Amino acid sequence: MVSTPRERKWQMVVDVDRCTGCQACVVACQAENNIPFNSESHFKQGRTFSWIRIERYWEGEFPDVKARFLPFLCQHCDNAPCEPVCPVFATYHNNEGLNVQVYNRCVGTRFCQNNCPYHARFFNYWEPVWPVQMRNSLNPDVTVRGRGIMEKCTFCVQRIRRAELDAKRQEREVRDGDFQPACAQACPTSALVFGDVKDPQSRIHEGLANKRRFRLREELGTEPNVVYLSKVDSEAKEAAGHA
Amino acid sequence: MQQRVVLPQPQVNAELLKNALRAPLWYWGIMAFLGAIVVAGSVAVGFLMNKGFGLSGTNRPVMWGILIVDFVFWIGISHAGVMLSAILRLSKAEWRRPATRAAEVLTVFSLMIAALHPVVHAGRPWRIIYWSFPYDFSRGLWVNIRSPLIWDPSAIFTYLTGSALFVIVALIPDMAVIRDHTTGLKQKVYRALAMGWRGTPRQWKLQIVAGFLLSALLLPVFVSVHSIVSWDFAVMIGVEGYHVTIFAPYFVIGAVHSGVSAVVTMMILMKWMFGWGSYIREEHVESLAKLLIVIGTTWLYFFFVEFSFALYSMESQEIALREMQAFTWPYWPLALTFILFSYIIPIPLWLFRKVRRNFKIMFWTSLLVNIGMWLERFLIIVPSLARKQVWPFDWSTYHPSAIEVLIVVTAYALVFLLLMTFAKLFPLIPLFDIKEGQTLSDDIVIGKRRVPALRVEE
Repeated sequence: MVSTPRERKWQMVVDVDRCTGCQACVVACQAENNIPFNSESHFKQGRTFSWIRIERYWEGEFPDVKARFLPFLCQHCDNAPCEPVCPVFATYHNNEGLNVQVYNRCVGTRFCQNNCPYHARFFNYWEPVWPVQMRNSLNPDVTVRGRGIMEKCTFCVQRIRRAELDAKRQEREVRDGDFQPACAQACPTSALVFGDVKDPQSRIHEGLANKRRFRLREELGTEPNVVYLSKVDSEAKEAAGHA
Repeated sequence: MQQRVVLPQPQVNAELLKNALRAPLWYWGIMAFLGAIVVAGSVAVGFLMNKGFGLSGTNRPVMWGILIVDFVFWIGISHAGVMLSAILRLSKAEWRRPATRAAEVLTVFSLMIAALHPVVHAGRPWRIIYWSFPYDFSRGLWVNIRSPLIWDPSAIFTYLTGSALFVIVALIPDMAVIRDHTTGLKQKVYRALAMGWRGTPRQWKLQIVAGFLLSALLLPVFVSVHSIVSWDFAVMIGVEGYHVTIFAPYFVIGAVHSGVSAVVTMMILMKWMFGWGSYIREEHVESLAKLLIVIGTTWLYFFFVEFSFALYSMESQEIALREMQAFTWPYWPLALTFILFSYIIPIPLWLFRKVRRNFKIMFWTSLLVNIGMWLERFLIIVPSLARKQVWPFDWSTYHPSAIEVLIVVTAYALVFLLLMTFAKLFPLIPLFDIKEGQTLSDDIVIGKRRVPALRVEE
């Protein structure tokens, strides 16, 4: 049976209040997406790969300091600044709201990363290497990126495609919860929620309707597809209430 | 001007063709030295491509390093040619004559070298060639014309084609002179290059008309080239120091500032190297210095406007960036050197007639301008990237690696090498233009002296 697939638009809700900064998402992402290990020398060179990372910011002055965690990943902007500047169309927007990177097209001008307000793109300065033991542990669904090209978070597009194939085989639509990106799957506090906004049943609508919602650097007009829910600070609220 | 000696034409030929026909020993010494640097640089580029761009000092987020700085710098230098040849030809400034060819040739070579920089700087340069030659019509894979990196080559190659034509049109009469002074294989080559030039009135008319037409056509291209290069930066919404609307005119006038200074440096070098004292005279350098005072001051105005616009917005990020550019280590010494070298030292000095007519001081001060302007591009490109956006977690810094420095040095050696090769093959001062200038000048008698004077054309 041939049917036109339903329109999709993938989004993610990141509840900063639930994030404990445990970095499980970071590890899951590295394992899922064949990201080479960030060695000490990579850090020294400032060339680490972290498609998702937990940025830690301190708030307040000592001794009243609070650590704030901000999970950072490609925002898959509807109006992505990285896309128009690529001379070879190596990055473009697909019809599911994903900002995709075509590794074979990329020539490595690095213009996209310069124009990304979220530092979400990573350049392969070296040929990626893994320890010998890891040779059979790479994910066969994900391309290993060679030297000289850009890469970034794909919203685990390989999982989306696999879920679509499975659904097609069972002659049904992709349902919410059929799959999750690696980061959302690994998150112990369910701070990351991924879903299709065109699907009214999706769990993501709960987060999208939240009053705490904000998006990063929204004033730039990039229309990010990652929505954040701000921190609930009970102490700050109390202090404000007492004042 | 009154003391000008009118040289007989055979002497003009002999002196200006001296290097082209019989190069001295030191010439080959310089060529060998430059060649060695270029070989070393080529090895460095090969190494970079073989091992990966990790050999550079760039990182995340400072993805662009001194190779891009150098790219903007060389594009800037290339603005000298049209500024001097076209504008001065159209405005019939007599003193342009010995400077035009040097400026045009500098334009062509610096453009060629500039265009190499982004290619070397890319992660997979071989892919750029793969996507471009032959153009991939069969699969319908088009380039992204929204990207400034597509506008760039379009502008650069238009300018390169135009200025190469400009050089060739002006070379034809001189080719004929060399043809008549050589024998054997050399003569055959120059005969082909002279394209049947006989010096008939009709040929002269066509040559002059072509020169004027090309001047007029190249002017808009010249303004567009650096505007487009500035848009590489100005379109970037993600970087605070970049997306500024004033960038296009600011870059163009900065380019003219550095380009004309480079022509001054080059003319004085030519005078010293080839002993062309009777062609490149004090009055030429003086006129160029006067022009530079105007250009430099206009550039300074744009610089202040750009800086004060940034502060006027009262955006904390923008102000923090400016503060870093001007007051933080290691940028403040660079910023200080930049403003001292590109304006504060040279321009007030050039206000004095004695300085303007002194070749040594003019040589060093015009060199200072270009050091300053190189630093200006560095200060625009690197600090803005190092402090990109409000995420201090990702901020970084940048130290150029030895390989990058070597490649930058090679670019200078390569331009110099190409210029020297040109000087061996063709006269760097247009013979016909000098002779034309002499014919247009008339002797006038003041008291007991016969004094040559310029006839003013109507």
